[in-house]
Amino acid sequence: MPSVCFYFQVHQPLRLRHYTVFDQSEHYFDDHKNAFICQKVANKCYLPANRLLLKIIRRLGGKFKIAYSLTGVLLEQLQRYCPEVISTFDALAETGCVEFLAETYYHSLSSLYSRDEFVEQVNKHIDIIGYLFGQRPRVFRNTELIYNNDLAALVESMGIFDAIITEGADHILGPRSPNFLYCPKGCSKLMLLLKNYPLSDDIAFRFSNRNWPEWPLTAEKFAKWISNINGNGNVINLFMDYETFGEHQWENTGIFEFMSQLPEEILKHRDNDFKTPSEIAQSYEATDTVDVPHLISWADSERDISAWLGNAMQSNAIYELYRLEKVVKQTGDENIIADWRRLQASDHFYYMCTKYFADGDVHRYFNPYDSPYDSYINFMNVLNHLRSRCLNVTTGGGARNLQLKIKSSEGLGALTVS
Amino acid sequence: MRLFMLGWEFPPFISGGLGTACYGLTKAMDELGIQVTFVLPKMVDVRYASHVRLLGPGLNSFQFSGLKNVKFRAIASSLQPYSTAQAYRKRIEEALRQKNVGSLGLAGLPIEAADYSGDMYTEVHRYAAVAVELARDEQFDVVHAHDWMTFPAAIAVAAISGKPLVVHVHSTEFDRSGEHVNQIIYDIERKGMERADKVIAVSQYTRNIIINRYGISGEKVEVVYNAVEPNNNNGGHADSVIGKDEKIVLFLGRITMQKGPEYFLAAAKKVLEVVDNVKFVMAGSGDMLHRTVQMAAEMGIGHKVLFTGFLRGEDVQKIYRMADLYVMPSVSEPFGIAPLEALNNNVPVIISKQSGVSEVLTHALKVDFWDINEMANKIIAVLKYPSLGITLGNHGNFEARRLRWKDSAAKCARIYEQMLAAV
Repeated sequence: MPSVCFYFQVHQPLRLRHYTVFDQSEHYFDDHKNAFICQKVANKCYLPANRLLLKIIRRLGGKFKIAYSLTGVLLEQLQRYCPEVISTFDALAETGCVEFLAETYYHSLSSLYSRDEFVEQVNKHIDIIGYLFGQRPRVFRNTELIYNNDLAALVESMGIFDAIITEGADHILGPRSPNFLYCPKGCSKLMLLLKNYPLSDDIAFRFSNRNWPEWPLTAEKFAKWISNINGNGNVINLFMDYETFGEHQWENTGIFEFMSQLPEEILKHRDNDFKTPSEIAQSYEATDTVDVPHLISWADSERDISAWLGNAMQSNAIYELYRLEKVVKQTGDENIIADWRRLQASDHFYYMCTKYFADGDVHRYFNPYDSPYDSYINFMNVLNHLRSRCLNVTTGGGARNLQLKIKSSEGLGALTVS
Repeated sequence: MRLFMLGWEFPPFISGGLGTACYGLTKAMDELGIQVTFVLPKMVDVRYASHVRLLGPGLNSFQFSGLKNVKFRAIASSLQPYSTAQAYRKRIEEALRQKNVGSLGLAGLPIEAADYSGDMYTEVHRYAAVAVELARDEQFDVVHAHDWMTFPAAIAVAAISGKPLVVHVHSTEFDRSGEHVNQIIYDIERKGMERADKVIAVSQYTRNIIINRYGISGEKVEVVYNAVEPNNNNGGHADSVIGKDEKIVLFLGRITMQKGPEYFLAAAKKVLEVVDNVKFVMAGSGDMLHRTVQMAAEMGIGHKVLFTGFLRGEDVQKIYRMADLYVMPSVSEPFGIAPLEALNNNVPVIISKQSGVSEVLTHALKVDFWDINEMANKIIAVLKYPSLGITLGNHGNFEARRLRWKDSAAKCARIYEQMLAAV
């Protein structure tokens, strides 16, 4: 003890193309930009980081373990734009030291708006992970680590998960430490793993910050901090975006060297080891119950959902999106359903965030739009077009749409052609 | 600190943003305890005779009740800041038709003419001559001149008094006339900037023009952004003459090439292809007014575009309160105070990227003035989605209220102090 549990979030949004109210195309996404960014991040991060971690796993003969959560939206893009990344993830899966977590396929906020849709997306994600990597995920993480008691109950009721992951936010823990296993309030079997945010952020955010008193952060120093927890915790959950390696922290900051040395440094202390989230859930007992009545997430200092649902535009856009669920599903049209689901990615709502916008902070770095207003307008124009496509299918738009109608009625077996 | 300030507009004698800026700036300077003598050309426009009593014959010095440190001096002159060469020629022609031929002698100064129209160049120099006379009885530390009409006067006053000169550029000939610059005006502007110890630009946008087009060294050019007077009305809704189910998109500004009225109309036409319950209101006058009215009719949207003519005072507040959206499609806008006034009234704004105000507003929709499609796209979005207008209006209002004249005046004061310390 303690066990170090690394989990990396891997996601790239499907960015929308510039879409005005006058556009009539059914093509909503900016293929060029998405391909470009996907390939760029693959070269700077996914490929070198995968190779490095694979090397460490082989070197340490199974003593180094990690977990990933790869969104379906990312996997689709990787298959299309850089399939070699998929094979390196597959090589990692083959080692037996890598666990894949489950989440919503579309990196969506569906847990907040539609339980049916949420369950469908989680199942779709489990299917693709099984198909690509031959694993059936046993641990769930929700988009942006959004979490509350209700979500834990819903996830437990699905009957397929041993544990759920969220942020070790101060206000849910009080004086308690995130370095233990907990049980969500209202759950009997499901375990709760909490992110140790100070240590995670030391790597993810502060690593290259020269104004940080601890700069430069060495593997030796970090391993010492880990060992200091000995006797005062069972598990240290280091959860972060995978893009930390090479993308948020550039290669020249020394992040890859740091990561390369860290496992050995941690294992120098004989009480330390590495475990995957599933192994953590099996190895330790829950020490207490954590009550989270209000929604939390891993974002910003607020650790709430205001980055996605903090203003009237965001609430309006997501409300209108989920209001369309019934109509979209009634069409039975695979393309329409897929487009609707791609619009559910939390990123689209993050771009509409007006919090800190005027200060030009980190929110802007990840934003393909000049302003949150532009992103809202673009999103609403696309949604509007999607709605008209649905109406076209369900109510029929004249002779030209007859074929489509017949097709969709065959698919659903519910609509009749008059 | 004592200033000898040369301007040509002051409320209520305004035709654009310059008067508003001079008012806001001098009021804030007054509060900072800066002594300002403000020299104005005497306006003799008979249409606003009710305001002219302040400038009656024989009275050429007066004070506004609210401003205890600002003293006004008026010069009998009819300078019109936004006259283009064509407009000026037109006025001369008009005067000719009215048989004022005798008053248009080349060297003559026809004081008695009610609608005096001499040639601009002579006018500017006459203003300069009188300003020098006025300056002789004044004690001051700095000469501060607003826009080209006052530059020759300011150069003369600075030369005679030996005091440092600041020229404040609210607009350049390139903004007003595009590439068809009036060489005489350009020369006056350039000479003023060259002679000045410091040039104040109302935005980075204008600073770039001053550096690139006038060849002025960047070290000399400082940016002082304009601001907006906080409005004390609570945004109470005025009675609308138009049915409440109709939305109003507002253009407010001079209807001239610089302000892009034709882009507004072209966008309106596109909007009307998608949305029907909307009216486009164009408030203002200018040399393109008649052509714009005609254009609206030719485009077949005449019934959807309303022209109000030039608005002032309470009417401006009223039209803002009626509007659902304010659009400023300017081709080249050194600053643009009007969007701040719209936001003061919680009205969301779309502004052209070719503007100074877009440097200080983040909670505004921005478009290239020529991008009609995008302008229409954004107008439709605001009309269609209430949450967009509400978010823009609320955040924008907060942002606009942070732009205070107090800060602009303080920045000017710092520039004066640096200049005096260097002397």
